[in-house]
Amino acid sequence: MKALVWHGKEDIRCDTVTDPEIQDPRDAIIKVTSCAICGSDLHLFHNFIPGMLPGDIMGHETMGEVVEVGSGVDGKLKKGDRIVVPFTIICGECDQCKRGNFSVCETTNRKRQLGDKVFGHTTAGLFGYTHLTGGYPGGQAEYLRVPFADATHIKVPDGIPDEQLLFLSDIFPTGWQAAVHCDIEPTDTVAIWGCGPVGQMTIRSAILLGANQVIAIDCIPERLSMAEAGGATTINFETESVLERLDHLTDGRGPEKCIDATGMESHVMASQPDTLLDRAKQMVMLESDRPHVLREMIYVCRPGGIISVAGVYSGFSDKIPMGAFMNKGLTMRTGQTHVNRWTDDLLRRIEQGEIDPSFVITHTVPLERGPEMYQVFRDKRDSCVKVVLKP
Amino acid sequence: MFHFGNIVRTKGDPKIVDSGTSLARPEDRLARALGWFSIGLGLAELFAPRRVTETLGMEGHETLVRAFGAREIISGIMSLSVDKNAGLWARVGGDGLDAAALISALTPDNPKKGNVALALLMIGGIAMLDYRAAQETKPKRPSPKARRRLYPDRSGFPKGLAAVKDRARQLTNGQARTGAPS
Repeated sequence: MKALVWHGKEDIRCDTVTDPEIQDPRDAIIKVTSCAICGSDLHLFHNFIPGMLPGDIMGHETMGEVVEVGSGVDGKLKKGDRIVVPFTIICGECDQCKRGNFSVCETTNRKRQLGDKVFGHTTAGLFGYTHLTGGYPGGQAEYLRVPFADATHIKVPDGIPDEQLLFLSDIFPTGWQAAVHCDIEPTDTVAIWGCGPVGQMTIRSAILLGANQVIAIDCIPERLSMAEAGGATTINFETESVLERLDHLTDGRGPEKCIDATGMESHVMASQPDTLLDRAKQMVMLESDRPHVLREMIYVCRPGGIISVAGVYSGFSDKIPMGAFMNKGLTMRTGQTHVNRWTDDLLRRIEQGEIDPSFVITHTVPLERGPEMYQVFRDKRDSCVKVVLKP
Repeated sequence: MFHFGNIVRTKGDPKIVDSGTSLARPEDRLARALGWFSIGLGLAELFAPRRVTETLGMEGHETLVRAFGAREIISGIMSLSVDKNAGLWARVGGDGLDAAALISALTPDNPKKGNVALALLMIGGIAMLDYRAAQETKPKRPSPKARRRLYPDRSGFPKGLAAVKDRARQLTNGQARTGAPS
């Protein structure tokens, strides 16, 4: 089969690889009908997250049709079922899964010693996302083996196009969880840093959850226009002061809720010296993340407010203003998304026409063009916001 | 065909049969080679500065050579990073500093002035490679003035933004009155 394979920093190729096989009775194999490139795939493309090895198949936003099931799937899936594959692999049986904390499933990371060493305790296995999270082959491929398939799936009905359902795998529940983590109240202003695909989903989620005002911060005009279309007031941080505009929009109080939909690769600007320093330190491996957004959120957030972090961080961040964080009595909530905790509700909203997540797709191309689309997406060329690949 | 990546595959996982075209361009490979060269030269200058100064007849300038070595290592690491363009421009600047230091040693009374001249020639050649690589690895991001497609009609709400806001307001007001959880 064809698959997008990581060969090293900025080197992803469309390779021919052997087909996946059932390895465990709880496995299923799906024929992928649609998959997507996620913003967090770019961290792997840049080799900023340790634990990738040449030969790893990329991709964790995938859906398709079940073509083979193991003997232990117990009738929960059958050939021909149409499923979206959550990016977090879950067993559905461990203590964390029972609590709904699916992204920290205690069972599914098959390289848990690595996870234990690096994070203190292992987290769930993830598709196509380093050997720290199991080294599972990803879904940017023609076929995908889904481990623990009896639990790791979202069954979806026929009659709704892939494009509306695919993002249940990651970015829609990720944006949703980021907004839910904010305990949004009807009087709240929610400020969201980053208008990439996750940021866009977060904006819509905050609107659906009833925020009084949603403010979106970015510097890419097409992303800002999409944010505005979704109901956000926008701030272009290259042309205006984020601090002054937020002050103005909140009568000097600051937003009650702040969401980081940017993560470890904050934009670098000469007018923000900390971003230059972070970039230099990241280059020479003295710091793994560029946490400018975290610093800014802590500074601008209204005292007593909530900071929700949906953007991916990989390791160590410097100069986090813990003094302001502590003295302002802020709360931080974060984590990889507990996808299956949210997807029943989100699927219902899609079915009822409340939201159509396909709005974010700007490019649909064959899988073979995936490698070049990594560059287009990374460089924000051709007004690219979200790429869907068709095997 | 042998593929290194297949050695570390977990049993049963897909293995590479035939590899596709690499995204790496010749200029990326040149940048990589220059990066490793820079680190090698930097280590030599940092740990064996006397050998360098003796070869060039510049005895007494060991500290300067060490500093240049540290600079070479940093620009080498930068050239190997995602920001290779910055690293390569740093190398171009470093070539200028190297040349200036060597020209200052190109005096009639220097018994090793032949070596200095040879080193200058090498620096010139490497500087050309550095400059070429820096030019060709410029980031391909669109300029701020580039024409862009905007998406003002992509709300994502099939029933319209106003309807969604009204619905959310009704729900949150209802919850506020009843105290129901969100």
